[in-house]
Amino acid sequence: MILFIKLAWRNVWRSKKRTWITASSIAFSVFFACLMQSSQLGSYDNMINNSARFFTGHVGIHQIDFWENQIVDNSFNQKELTQVNFSNSSILMGVPRLNSFALASHGQKTKGAALFGVSLEAEDAFSYLSKKLIRGDYNKTGGALIAEGLAANLDLTVGDTLVLMGQGYHGVNAAGKYPVKGILRFPIPNLNQGAIYLPLNILQEFLSAPNMISSYSILLEDSQDTKDMKAHMESVLKGKELGVMTWQEMLPELVSSIELDYFGGWVVLIILYIVIGLGIFGTFLMMIKERTYELGILNAIGMTKQRVQIMVAIEIFLLIFLGVLMGLLIATPIVLYFWSNPILLSGDAALAMEKFGYEPIIPFALNLKIFYNQGISIFLIALLLAIYPMLAIKKLKIIKALKE
Amino acid sequence: MKVIELKKLSKIYNPNTIPVRAINDVNLSVEEGEFTAIVGPSGCGKTTLLNMIGGLDASSKGSVEVGNISIHDMSESELTAFRLKHIGFVFQAYNLIPVLTAKENIEFIMVLQNIDAKTIQERSEDLLNRMGIKDQKNRRPSELSGGQQQRVAVARALASRPKFVLADEPTANLDSGSTEALLDIMAKLNKEEKVTFIFSTHDQRVIDRAKRIIKLVDGEIVSDEYI
Repeated sequence: MILFIKLAWRNVWRSKKRTWITASSIAFSVFFACLMQSSQLGSYDNMINNSARFFTGHVGIHQIDFWENQIVDNSFNQKELTQVNFSNSSILMGVPRLNSFALASHGQKTKGAALFGVSLEAEDAFSYLSKKLIRGDYNKTGGALIAEGLAANLDLTVGDTLVLMGQGYHGVNAAGKYPVKGILRFPIPNLNQGAIYLPLNILQEFLSAPNMISSYSILLEDSQDTKDMKAHMESVLKGKELGVMTWQEMLPELVSSIELDYFGGWVVLIILYIVIGLGIFGTFLMMIKERTYELGILNAIGMTKQRVQIMVAIEIFLLIFLGVLMGLLIATPIVLYFWSNPILLSGDAALAMEKFGYEPIIPFALNLKIFYNQGISIFLIALLLAIYPMLAIKKLKIIKALKE
Repeated sequence: MKVIELKKLSKIYNPNTIPVRAINDVNLSVEEGEFTAIVGPSGCGKTTLLNMIGGLDASSKGSVEVGNISIHDMSESELTAFRLKHIGFVFQAYNLIPVLTAKENIEFIMVLQNIDAKTIQERSEDLLNRMGIKDQKNRRPSELSGGQQQRVAVARALASRPKFVLADEPTANLDSGSTEALLDIMAKLNKEEKVTFIFSTHDQRVIDRAKRIIKLVDGEIVSDEYI
C-alpha cells in the first residue's frame, strides 16, 4: 500500500502546473464557500440574537392571549412564576418585561413610543443594554433611558424631562413625567427611533399595573434548541394560563427571511460547485486521456484494474485533499479575523441596510460545521466525478490502450 | 518441458465486415529455456501473436496453453493475475513507470505479487547487479539512457520469476552498443538460468543470437528453424 500511495503522490506532481491550478481552484471554492457561509450564518445569528435579546427572547412566556393582542390588559402577574422551577442546563437566563405604548412629549413635540419596563440589572446581563448608552448614567435610579433617534425627534437630552401619556391597565389613564437619565443607541433602526426604557416598577406604576409583566423572556445556550425547551416549559407551566412561544413562532418574518436568504446562498454555492466541478472533471479527463497507454501497460504487466482504480482513486483523493486543505488554511484565519472584527458598513450601504431594518454590519460566524461542510461537499463532488475515471479504467482495453 | 503451446491459433479482425486474418491457424510449441525469435516483415502478425501468447489479446479461434494451462477461457482479472505470475513483458518503448526509480520499478511487480519485503529487497538488488545497473538504482527512467531503461525493463520482467519473457522489438530503440549489452545479458540469463525468451523482431543482431527462428508471413508460419 505504501508503494501505491508513493506512486499516487508522485503521479499527482507529474504535472505540477496542472496540480497547482486544480488545487487552487478547489481551494478558492472552499475559501469562498466558507467565507460566504460564515457571513450568512453570522448575519442570521446576529439578527436572531438582536431580536431575542431586545424583544422576544429565544423562548417567551406570555399570558395566553398576549401575542394575538399585545396590550397591557393581557399581561400577567409575575408572582405566577416565582414558584416555578425552570432549571435546565440549556437556559442561560430569563428577564421579566412589561411592554406598552404611549405618547412621548417634550416641549411642543410629541411622538409615539414603545415603552419597555425592565429590571435594569437583569436586562443589562440579558441584552447588554448599558453598552448601548451613549450619554448619561445607566445606574442612576429612576428616570428614563431614551433611544437616540426618538431623543433627537423630541429635542431631548440627558437631564430634560420626558412626559408620557397613554392608557394603563384596564383602561385607566396613564400619565407621568420622568427625567431623562441616558440616551441609548441601538443597532436596530426601529428600536432606535421609538424605544423608551423605564425601570420595571416605575412602568408598572405608570400603567397602574403593579407586579404585572407582559413577558418573561428566556435566553438559551443554543438559539435553535427551542422546540425541546418549549415542551419543557409547557410541562413546567401546566395548569397556568400562560403560553410559551419560541422566537421562530414570534418572528415568522425573520424565519422566512433567513430561509430565503439561505436558499439564495445555496443557489450561489451550487453554481460555484458546478463551475469548480467542471474544472475538476477536466483534470480527471486529462488524467485518464494522457495516461491511457501507461494504464494499459500497468494492466498488461499484471496490475489488476481494481488496483489501477485504487491507485487513481488515491491520486484523486490526494489532489482534492490538497485543494481542500489549502482552502481551509486560507479561510480559517480570515474567518477568524472577521469573526472578531465584523465588517462595519457605512455610507449608502449602511443606510440601505437600516432601511430594511437590519443592523449595518456583516458579522461572521465561527462554526466548525461551516468548514467541514464545505470540505465534505467538495469531496462528494469529486467522488461523484471520480466515477468517470473509474469507469474508464474498468472499460480499458489493453490492446487499444497500447496503441494510444 | 513445454511452456507454450499454440493450437490452430487464429486472429481475425472485422469478422462481420471485411475479415482480416492477422494470424492464421498457427501451431507452435516452445520448450523451457528456448531463445526464440519470431521474425517477419512489418504487419506480418508478430506483435499480434505475442499479444495472444501473453493473454493481452483474445484469439478468434484456437487455443493458447501456458504450462499446460489454457488461458482461452480465463476472465479478464484471472488473465491479469496469470500474467503477473507467469509472464514477463519487455516492450519496445521500455514502458517503465516514470515516477518510480529503477529499483522501485523492479520491486513494483513483486509488490503486486504480495511478496515479503525482505525477498523483494534481495531480489531487486540481485537483478540490479546482474543487469549492471546497480549504480543507477535510485534514478528515474527519464534520468537513464535507453539501454539502461531496457535493462530495468528486463529486470522487471524477470522479477516475478516468470515461466517465460515476451519481448516485443526490445532493441528497436537502442543503439548498437546498448543492443549488444542487452542481448549479452539476456543470453546469459538464458544460458545460466534457463530463462525462456521469445522475441518479436526484425533486428538482425537479435536474429543472429537466437537459437530458434520462426518466420511469419501474412499471419502464417512459413519456417521454423533451430540454429
